[in-house]
Amino acid sequence: MPLDPDPAVFRAVVSTIVPEAAALDGQGWQDLRQTIEALLRDRPESLKRQLRMFLRAIEWLPVIRYGRPFTRLQPHARAHVLAHLQNDRIRKIRVGFWGLRTIVLAGYYGRPSAAQAIGYAASARGWEARG
Amino acid sequence: MKRVGYDIAIVGSGAGGGTVAQELSTLCRQGVRIAVLEKGPRLRDDEFTGRELEMAGALYEDGGGFLTADGTMTIAFGCAYGGSTVVYTGTSMLPPERVIRRWDVPGLTHADLDCRARKFMAENNAHFVEDGLINENNKLFVEGCRRLSYDVQQFPVNVKGCRGSSLCNLGCPNQAKQGTDRVQLPHAERNGVEVVTRCQVLTVGEKSLAVRVTAKPAGGKGDPSPWEPGDYQIDAKVIVLCAGAVNTPALLLRSGIGRNLPRLGYGFTSHPAFIIVGEHARPIVNFVGHPKSYYVDQFAEAEHFVLETCMYFPFITAKSMAGFGAPHSAFMRAFPRLQMILVLACDEADGYNRVAIDKAGRPVVHYRFQHEAIRGLIRGAVTSAKILFAAGAVRVHMPVARDTTIEARDAVHLEEIAAAAEFTPGKTPVSAAHPQGGCGMGSGPSDSVTDSCGRVHGLPWLYVADASLFPNSLEINPYVTIMALADRVAQRIRDEAPALLRGRS
Repeated sequence: MPLDPDPAVFRAVVSTIVPEAAALDGQGWQDLRQTIEALLRDRPESLKRQLRMFLRAIEWLPVIRYGRPFTRLQPHARAHVLAHLQNDRIRKIRVGFWGLRTIVLAGYYGRPSAAQAIGYAASARGWEARG
Repeated sequence: MKRVGYDIAIVGSGAGGGTVAQELSTLCRQGVRIAVLEKGPRLRDDEFTGRELEMAGALYEDGGGFLTADGTMTIAFGCAYGGSTVVYTGTSMLPPERVIRRWDVPGLTHADLDCRARKFMAENNAHFVEDGLINENNKLFVEGCRRLSYDVQQFPVNVKGCRGSSLCNLGCPNQAKQGTDRVQLPHAERNGVEVVTRCQVLTVGEKSLAVRVTAKPAGGKGDPSPWEPGDYQIDAKVIVLCAGAVNTPALLLRSGIGRNLPRLGYGFTSHPAFIIVGEHARPIVNFVGHPKSYYVDQFAEAEHFVLETCMYFPFITAKSMAGFGAPHSAFMRAFPRLQMILVLACDEADGYNRVAIDKAGRPVVHYRFQHEAIRGLIRGAVTSAKILFAAGAVRVHMPVARDTTIEARDAVHLEEIAAAAEFTPGKTPVSAAHPQGGCGMGSGPSDSVTDSCGRVHGLPWLYVADASLFPNSLEINPYVTIMALADRVAQRIRDEAPALLRGRS
């Protein structure tokens, strides 16, 4: 089962954590998802289940405060929701968000095209590659 | 289950296992059979691509993200032929006299360790990188420190033919770093030691090991194991555990050996760390050149932190910065203008932090941030910010500040920012390097797991030779000290070989 049974929720969360992700094309999203799936492949099923539950909670928790789910919020309200989770007084919720954030950052910045976009160009040839 | 016999079985091939293998390999000439059992793979030279996630997955336990029990810290340690020496930066530090004296292990002197450490520093070509090969990320650190009159020092590093890829932590793509995978293990193999990769030790029994050899996964890196996949029993007259400070105590615990060793798993320490990132107005040379050339340790005793230069890769940098969204992305987009400093807190062995096992026998690290370590991280963050601004940074990302982006105009308020700093486990991104302890040396079972030569109390055939021997934090990068301790263990085994290996076939 993929991490993101509902791609809209997944994309909304990823784009809130890394705003540049909103500009990804279809191939970019596919690369990002594949990167995350590869990363989680050997991880315990319980961890993947927790991440899926966390995503589902992110979608529906805002209904209490904003009257609508995460995917229908404006970007600043989405950021507000995630900031709440990040700062929650319950450690398990903070840890859950930290885990999700880590996976998202790996998916986005773990792609060679993202490294290239931010100007990171380390080479095995080191000084020689600088010319 | 297949059954294999050796005289000496060494579990793990990092700084400890590689050293023991080399130092015992002279016994092979007398017909002594020695095997090194390594859980990780052995990569071919052309498989070190420098691609971040790919290499992290191939060379680190849990891809470098081994989580503590409460999920608030990750611990990075290697899992490959050469262990963590494949993924360190090669910074080579002699054991500090004040620390060894404070350890107060009967029979262990600083002079003895120092002498052995120097032998391995020379063997591994530890030296100062010449000035012309030091990049701006490092030079700016020196400039900032000198402006603030901090005592900045250069790391000796163990490289040979370094091309400055900056990819040390992903395994050197140019085979320049002189870890055990390049020096001690090949030496041991030339002398007749066998190395079995993809071989996980499940339990330790009376002079025996239950191990599982796994097949190379489809698309995975590294050579297949020299042994057929499957379960084996390995009989050995002497067993030396060098699986590291997380896996060695866990292996002993799941083997039931802890019953008579109440200190087993306790005394675990590490270097909880985060990075402080400074953005300059212009591009600097940061991801070319050796990443770690300088450090400041003048604050270690009084303020419990050490600063080191560092340069990480996009994902690790992103993960190590706090927060998300626009402020976080702004720093990431400035990558070619970033200067980085690693803040390492010095923690202390206490009654809580420890290695245990779960129901399945897997290692679990129970770790609580100590007050002094938190204070060390906050003071280290502020000191780093001062250095970055003194070096010309226009803004700094400080993960413990309420507003994590600090502009240069606010540099004068850094002490106020420090006073209001927030360290929140589960929010503040902390990763630890250098796991230590869990099988500490001492005088007897009531205060330790082994004696000063790594022999497990009450079990004359069982030794430990890795960082788990440390009875308390070493406070510095540990590999040279691990090698020195492993050398002592090997000498003890060599000295007692006639008795230990009696009845050898």
